[in-house]
Amino acid sequence: MAELFRVRDLWFAYPGRAPVLRGVDLDLAPGQRLAVTGANGAGKSTLLWLLLGLLRPNAGQIEAFGAPRRVEAEFIEVRHRAGLVFQDPDNQLFCPTVLEDCAFGPLCLGRSRAQALAVVDRTLEQLGLLHLRERITYQLSGGEKRLVSLAAVLCMEPEVLLLDEPSNGLDETTGERLLCLLKALPQAMLLVSHDRAFREHLATTGCHLHDGRLIAPPPQETQHP
Amino acid sequence: MGHRTQAGAPLPGVPDRHPAVGSPLRRLDPRTRLLAVCAFAAVVIVLEQPAALGAALALALLLILVARQPLRRILRPLAAMDGLMLIMLLTLPFTTPGTPLLQLGTEGAWGTASVEGLWLAVDIALTANAILLMLLALLGDLDPVHLGHALHRLHLPMALVQLLQFTLRYINLIHDEFSRLRVAMRARGFVAGTNRHSIRSLGYALGTLLVRSLDRSERVLCAMQCRGFTGHFPVVESLRFGSTDALVATLGVLVFSGLLWLEWHLG
Ligand SMILES: Nc1ncnc2c1ncn2[C@@H]1O[C@H](COP(=O)(O)OP(=O)(O)OP(=O)(O)O)[C@@H](O)[C@H]1O
Ligand SMILES: [Mg+2]
Repeated sequence: MAELFRVRDLWFAYPGRAPVLRGVDLDLAPGQRLAVTGANGAGKSTLLWLLLGLLRPNAGQIEAFGAPRRVEAEFIEVRHRAGLVFQDPDNQLFCPTVLEDCAFGPLCLGRSRAQALAVVDRTLEQLGLLHLRERITYQLSGGEKRLVSLAAVLCMEPEVLLLDEPSNGLDETTGERLLCLLKALPQAMLLVSHDRAFREHLATTGCHLHDGRLIAPPPQETQHP
Repeated sequence: MGHRTQAGAPLPGVPDRHPAVGSPLRRLDPRTRLLAVCAFAAVVIVLEQPAALGAALALALLLILVARQPLRRILRPLAAMDGLMLIMLLTLPFTTPGTPLLQLGTEGAWGTASVEGLWLAVDIALTANAILLMLLALLGDLDPVHLGHALHRLHLPMALVQLLQFTLRYINLIHDEFSRLRVAMRARGFVAGTNRHSIRSLGYALGTLLVRSLDRSERVLCAMQCRGFTGHFPVVESLRFGSTDALVATLGVLVFSGLLWLEWHLG
């Protein structure tokens, strides 16, 4: 089967700084759940942003869903088919209410308002968030914001999920519920997480971002089947 | 000076607006730079002779080269101002009476451009450009804290200094907030169009921008008060008027006198 993402020799530097990524190679196959680890500031979030074209690489190729992606127009399709859950939910939620924020994605995909609302209700129910439906996103607690931002992405029914520390700030029960939920999803995932147990339960493969390159994880990090 | 989110995690995607640039002008005391700009502006406003104005503009350009700032940061304000200047260049000759230069329509029915008006327009355009370039070269890379500190040490009223500092800070905050919202929208496949969904979403984004900026500014104030903010920004490095500053000040006095001499000698 064709790879969902295929990245070759990706280089990126923020203006006026040393390169963060220095030749990243990455493959994500359908059904695969790849965990990316790395020290703080290693460039994991940056890599996810590059995959969706929110930043432009200095060099290297990004192929997504079987086609090369270089310019903004080519990335729009990628953003429709791959959903990114931001590391900081405050950066992601911007509509006044949870309902509006969740409906935003489907509406961008061209669904009708009725279709969008149906999808939102289904997803919120699945995540056990129906009670937050009318709440103001701005006033949610940290963990609630995180779950809502995941819901907002799931509402778009993406083929791939890019999760930037999804279990951050969740209580134990909620964390476990999220884990079960993600495990039940058929989508391929690229998971950035500092939570070892979470990673080991969810991911099928792992890799480590070190010195701007993706390498095999250190031996003690080998994943359970 | 990366843009940091509340949690302290750096936010990718919003490029740093203050990359470290190694310019010799950076080593100058901010007070020297401030005074130099003020003196330059005062001198240039007096100048009327094209040659003297040209020399002033050349001096400003020279300093822009020395300052080695990112081109974008210089071109943007320049383009904004020269857009207005262009309108003035086109209208002023027609509204100033004097020796006819160009007549539009039969017998100047649509208007007559005067030589005096043209000179006046050129004079204003050269003056404005020279001052703006000098301002960008000398003060363009100064952050609000240092600028405020310098102004305060030059004995400007504290209230004024703080007003200026907070304005500069919050413009940045709002700009950062806006960049974040834009990225969030694009990440979920938003492409602006002329439909209700687009307009509604942009409305939401604008509303959120205002609410968040206000809230953030309040949080910033709290954070500042928690750390003992009492009304002035402490700056760790103390200002030092060094020998380079003395040299630059002397050079400045000489060059500015030269410009004035040129003006009176030609006039
Ligand atoms: N907008 C920015 N401008 C300049 N540098 C940035 C910006 N955003 C991030 N960086 C820098 O790029 C590097 C990589 O950042 P990134 O957010 O990708 O790290 P990360 O691996 O996700 O870290 P963490 O585990 O803390 O989330 C860091 O050194 C960071 O300081
Ligand atoms: Mg990160």
